[in-house]
Amino acid sequence: MVTPLKLRRLHGLFCVYKPLGVHWKLVRDTIETNLLKGNVAPPPALPHKVRFLAEPSPTGEAGAAASLSAAPVPALSHHPLVTGPEFQHIRVGVGHRLDAASSGVLVLAVGNGNKALDDLYKTRVTRDYMLECEFGMATKDFSHTGRVVEKSTYGHITLDKLERVLAMLEGANQKATRMFSNVDMSSQEAYELAVQGLLGPDGKSAPILTGLRCVHFQPPSFTLEVQCLNETQKYLRKVVHEIGLELRSTAVCKNVRRTRDGLFTSRQALTRNQWSAADVMQAVQQHRYTKKTEKTVRKRSEESSAATRQSKADVMSSHRGKEHGS
Amino acid sequence: MAMASACGQLCMRCRGSLSSKTAVWRCYSHVRHLIPRTRQLLKSFDGLFITKRLASTQTGLSWKQQMCCYSDLAEKHLTADAKDNKHTKELTKTSITQITNTLMPSTDVLSMTEHPAFLDLDDAAESSALEEICDEEAISISVPSSLPPTSTSLRDYVEKSETLSKLVELGVNLWKLEQRPNVGSMLLRLDFKTDVAPRLMFLKEIGVKDSCFGYIITHNPFVLCENIENLQDRVTYLKSRKFSSETVASMVSRAPYLLNFNVKRLDNRLGFYQQQLQLSASNTRNLVARLPKLLCVSLEPVKENLKVCEIELGFKQNEIQHIVVAVPKVLTANKRKLTQIFDFLHNTMKVPHYLIAKFPQVLNTKYLRVRERHLFLEYLQKAQYDPTLPNYISLDRMVSLPDEAFCTELALSTVEDFYLFQKTL
Repeated sequence: MVTPLKLRRLHGLFCVYKPLGVHWKLVRDTIETNLLKGNVAPPPALPHKVRFLAEPSPTGEAGAAASLSAAPVPALSHHPLVTGPEFQHIRVGVGHRLDAASSGVLVLAVGNGNKALDDLYKTRVTRDYMLECEFGMATKDFSHTGRVVEKSTYGHITLDKLERVLAMLEGANQKATRMFSNVDMSSQEAYELAVQGLLGPDGKSAPILTGLRCVHFQPPSFTLEVQCLNETQKYLRKVVHEIGLELRSTAVCKNVRRTRDGLFTSRQALTRNQWSAADVMQAVQQHRYTKKTEKTVRKRSEESSAATRQSKADVMSSHRGKEHGS
Repeated sequence: MAMASACGQLCMRCRGSLSSKTAVWRCYSHVRHLIPRTRQLLKSFDGLFITKRLASTQTGLSWKQQMCCYSDLAEKHLTADAKDNKHTKELTKTSITQITNTLMPSTDVLSMTEHPAFLDLDDAAESSALEEICDEEAISISVPSSLPPTSTSLRDYVEKSETLSKLVELGVNLWKLEQRPNVGSMLLRLDFKTDVAPRLMFLKEIGVKDSCFGYIITHNPFVLCENIENLQDRVTYLKSRKFSSETVASMVSRAPYLLNFNVKRLDNRLGFYQQQLQLSASNTRNLVARLPKLLCVSLEPVKENLKVCEIELGFKQNEIQHIVVAVPKVLTANKRKLTQIFDFLHNTMKVPHYLIAKFPQVLNTKYLRVRERHLFLEYLQKAQYDPTLPNYISLDRMVSLPDEAFCTELALSTVEDFYLFQKTL
């Protein structure tokens, strides 16, 4: 049961599984409509206003002045049929967008969570895609529903050749990562960032694939798993097309599916039947809870590692002391 | 008292400006603000006034207003209604004539006889506001209505207008109606007893339930503007076509715009459906009774839908007849969605035409629902829609059952598995 109070206090992030063929805006609008419809509180009692109502005098004298009596009358100007619903709009924002031909995890934010969404957009958070592809044809828009431009054989392709091409692509992307990082490669700063794993493109850059591997290979179809930054789904389809060209054949992408967006995986994503207000509220709360527990776990592990390091140092120093002493 | 006479002349000139209640109230507020200062200033009245007269008109006016207002206050004009502007003017006139002599207020109304300059205004206010007056006088005080002359919302007029409050009690959604252009003003101009009540009585006579009135008026407020003879004619026409009175009542409740169309148009549409679909009279009646909106929509989209079914989808005439009689909504459906779902059924699921015609409700469902369920069955290798082969799954059950029943009976799996599978599509 969603009350107006709960709706006003609903702030946070959650993720949704966008079905294939649906525009992302439709998903966002559906969620907003469901949140507004789920608001099922009974309407509050109408405030009363005191009005002077004319009453006919009891004796019915002609010409006698009518006596007025004060009575509380419900003020119709506050009736919900006259003022409209209490909530007419809820701020629901969308994270990294998915085009209509793709499906997968779509992060949405409610209320104040939109600010967190903005930060998420700006941080260097990677996304995980599964690309289901097919050898044998090339199309105008790189997907299997486009106009066919070329058809070719694929009998000569083996897994080994595919892996070689993928490794080459990965190497090129690693180079691009370093190039877009705005840090001089021969500096101490670059080394420290690389050690911590924070070396990456700064702000806006060309799409970069940080990871690429083949999970299923059975010609003509094969499936790739990709981790990437700053990408669009059309770029991923183009990458598949280029892989086909590198293998002296052609390839198209049948399905682009996002399985992870930052910390949000498809396990937490809400399917179409779970797009009601109560489910959304539960998802927001669950995400907040997992974030909190992760933070405490990380803090504890840091403290324990610091403690072990300290104790090791003590042991070492005591050992040294003993050696010197003896 | 040359100054007084000059002041008097100026007072006469400003009489015209003191024509509204607001001016009186303004000068009252002026007076209250300026009270401490005026007593001192009045003493140095002579020299100041001449200079003030030549100074800006605003300050000059305020002085003049003060002079007039003193007399006003004295007659506790502020308690009475300021519509007695004539009263003000008269008083100023009388006071002006007396200004030359004593600056005394007129003796028309009860007041104190002190010099206004030495008037204690607090006393004046108290006695004027809280003095007891008899009941007749109290009733005869008319308060001007606070209705705004123009407004963007009906909220301001609901309490005062009998029509609007009765409509709210019936359940009409005024908030939705006021967003349509001109509907709000139209509703305000209606009179409940002469316009609204007879039509509601008419609707009640033909059998429409009271709870439906709100729905009907919210969707079609123009039913309150129709001529009652016309409404009567249309109902008689429908009854002459052998629609029973309960059917007519249900049709009017579900298609609020029905009675706004003239007899010729209704006749035209009924004739069209009977001819195009080559249905018998009773079948046409049945069709229209189940989807009364068919008599309200324009015929072009319906014709296009029929052409799509015949040419693009490839159904035969008798199949189209059967589909339309079973699911009338196909006539008003979106062409693109219709072709999309048929394409999936015929080309991906490999369901032949005769089976789709046998279960027409599949053409009415959501495309995503059919797609998810079919792919789930295909994954479980249970997607078999041919009635001659074993393990047959009927299309209507596949599409109409809720998720739990579909999973347990048809797919022989759990609902959680179905949702997990949806996330892999």
